[in-house]
Amino acid sequence: MAQLTQRAATFQRTLSAAAVSSTRCLSTASTSPITVETSLPFTGHKIDPPSRSVETTPQELLSFFRDMALMRRMEIAADSLYKAKLIRGFCHLYDGQEAVAVGMEAAITRKDCIITAYRDHCIFLGRGGTLLESFSELMGRKDGCSKGKGGSMHFYKKEGGFYGGHGIVGAQVPLGCGLAFAQKYSKDENVTFAMYGDGAANQGQLFEALNMAALWDLPAILVCENNHYGMGTAEWRAAKSPAYYKRGDYVPGLKVDGMDALAVKQACKFAKSMPSRMDQLFSKWTPTGIMDTLCLILEAPIVRVMRLVVSD
Amino acid sequence: MLGVLRRKVACKANAASALEQGIRVVASRAFSSSGKEMTVRDALNSALDEEMSADPKVFIMGEEVGEYQGAYKISKGLLDKYGPERVVDTPITEAGFAGIGVGAAYYGLRPVIEFMTFNFSMQAIDHIINSAAKSNYMSAGQISVPIVFRGPNGAAAGVGAQHSQCYAAWYGSCPGLKVLAPYSSEDARGLLKAAIRDPDPVVFLENELLYGESFPVSAEVLDSSFCLPIGKAKIEREGKDVTITAFSKMVGYALQAAEILAKDGISAEVINLRSIRPLDRSTINASVRKTNRLVTVEEGFPQHGVGAEICASVLEDSFEYLDAAVERIAGADVPMPYAANLERMAVPQVDDIVRAAKRACYRSSSLAATA
Repeated sequence: MAQLTQRAATFQRTLSAAAVSSTRCLSTASTSPITVETSLPFTGHKIDPPSRSVETTPQELLSFFRDMALMRRMEIAADSLYKAKLIRGFCHLYDGQEAVAVGMEAAITRKDCIITAYRDHCIFLGRGGTLLESFSELMGRKDGCSKGKGGSMHFYKKEGGFYGGHGIVGAQVPLGCGLAFAQKYSKDENVTFAMYGDGAANQGQLFEALNMAALWDLPAILVCENNHYGMGTAEWRAAKSPAYYKRGDYVPGLKVDGMDALAVKQACKFAKSMPSRMDQLFSKWTPTGIMDTLCLILEAPIVRVMRLVVSD
Repeated sequence: MLGVLRRKVACKANAASALEQGIRVVASRAFSSSGKEMTVRDALNSALDEEMSADPKVFIMGEEVGEYQGAYKISKGLLDKYGPERVVDTPITEAGFAGIGVGAAYYGLRPVIEFMTFNFSMQAIDHIINSAAKSNYMSAGQISVPIVFRGPNGAAAGVGAQHSQCYAAWYGSCPGLKVLAPYSSEDARGLLKAAIRDPDPVVFLENELLYGESFPVSAEVLDSSFCLPIGKAKIEREGKDVTITAFSKMVGYALQAAEILAKDGISAEVINLRSIRPLDRSTINASVRKTNRLVTVEEGFPQHGVGAEICASVLEDSFEYLDAAVERIAGADVPMPYAANLERMAVPQVDDIVRAAKRACYRSSSLAATA
């Protein structure tokens, strides 16, 4: 009996100790700013890259972890459902690339637009989509975000600034430049992030759209998520020049570590601020057109790893 | 008579102001209230002008639409009036600017994208079909695409195989699109306005050879609120012996054929389809149930054409009313030749329509199937 009481007491002490440490845990959700260095430097093409020191808060870091872990678990679950034939047709998974979606969201608002190709589940979550809407859509149910009529490749959330979800490789880039055109036309102060993969980087329509976006000064940021494969074909067999951030030629580019959410956040903040930086830059550079456009290409190489642990 | 017509429509109005040239008061008409005439070009121009004026979200984008005043002068004067943000000249990159237009429509603007001819729309067809037409359905209504793709369609004069195809059947088969084909100035004004105001993607098939042609327009047509319903055909000429369906330039040919047939005692009813998709099946079927005979006319290739669809529709809905096989008149099943005599043979002529109508009425002595 005494032993039991002693154990109970120990247990109680453990509990209260846990309570103390949990209050200590809560303090990591603080909003006091901290500065973190990105793991890799940025590389610029016709532009000075931003600083490697990124401002963040413990709360933000915790939200990064939570969001990326949620995205990872969602994609793994989708993989199992696909193999069980509960998801039909195509299922393109984003596990490994979560840092890009999460880092980008941290730098922008819901009034900025995002458009991507068919690897869209996690972008949808980042824009305010729910797990229920996502899994329902994947399994063809009417509670899905597209009422079961779209499927894996056609998630949309217009009120969250997410314009899909496109099945044709490369098509989303001119569409994204169109969103940017409309933002400029409507005199909104927002930007559009048009995401694409290294496979789509070779598409002609991308260069057509980029030419017009640069010509008309559209607030379009093209984000290349380079996972080194275009469908099943490796990058070295598909692209003569794998330096996708340089492919814009007259359009500045930035190479960003796609595994580092903070680096992605820094790059997207930098990209978004470009319109307001135009005046400063013009005063520094001669008007030979080195930096005379609002467009930017962000390349985020992603390392394909089969680890389940989310790297920090 | 046809030769005169061809010469008249071949010259493009670019010297004096289009409006001055377009509206000619016909004083000899004793009983009409306005007696005004208008070219199709001016009809389109005035429709664009009025819709841009009424809604600041409407803008025009395409090659030569701005400073050149329009490749066929359809957008003449609009750059000066609305500025370069709303009348946007593009590089020669159809896939790119069609995609940009669709993206702008996603955001809520109302683009009018001009293709110099619909032959070039093939470069952009992925955006027309996959990005525009299907989006409303795939997104379960979240993304609507209020865009208009317009431009000349079909054969011109001597422009060869790559510049002469008719795309009515291609676009007409696609759910999610509306496809319109105006004939007269009234059609051009009313249907273009309807297309611009429509919340869905509309493919607007004009005809280069009709741009310079004048048609009478009433005061109602000239009013800025004038609009025609999408999906309704017009009975251009009433008749009781045979129904002739046509769209765009072929409506004029069908009307001429009807005149010739009338002299032979055949009363032809001419239907101007106006809308390829949705097709006005009820008007067509009601007419066939009245006349019991059908001739379909189109300029495009015969296989899987608009006439094939009309024929199937009539067989499904009004089979027991048919007293004769349906006659299909279409362009020749060959890429458009360049030489003038070959080109004439590759496109339906008035005589072909007359012969087909006579065959449908069992008045023809020849049993050979001619184009």
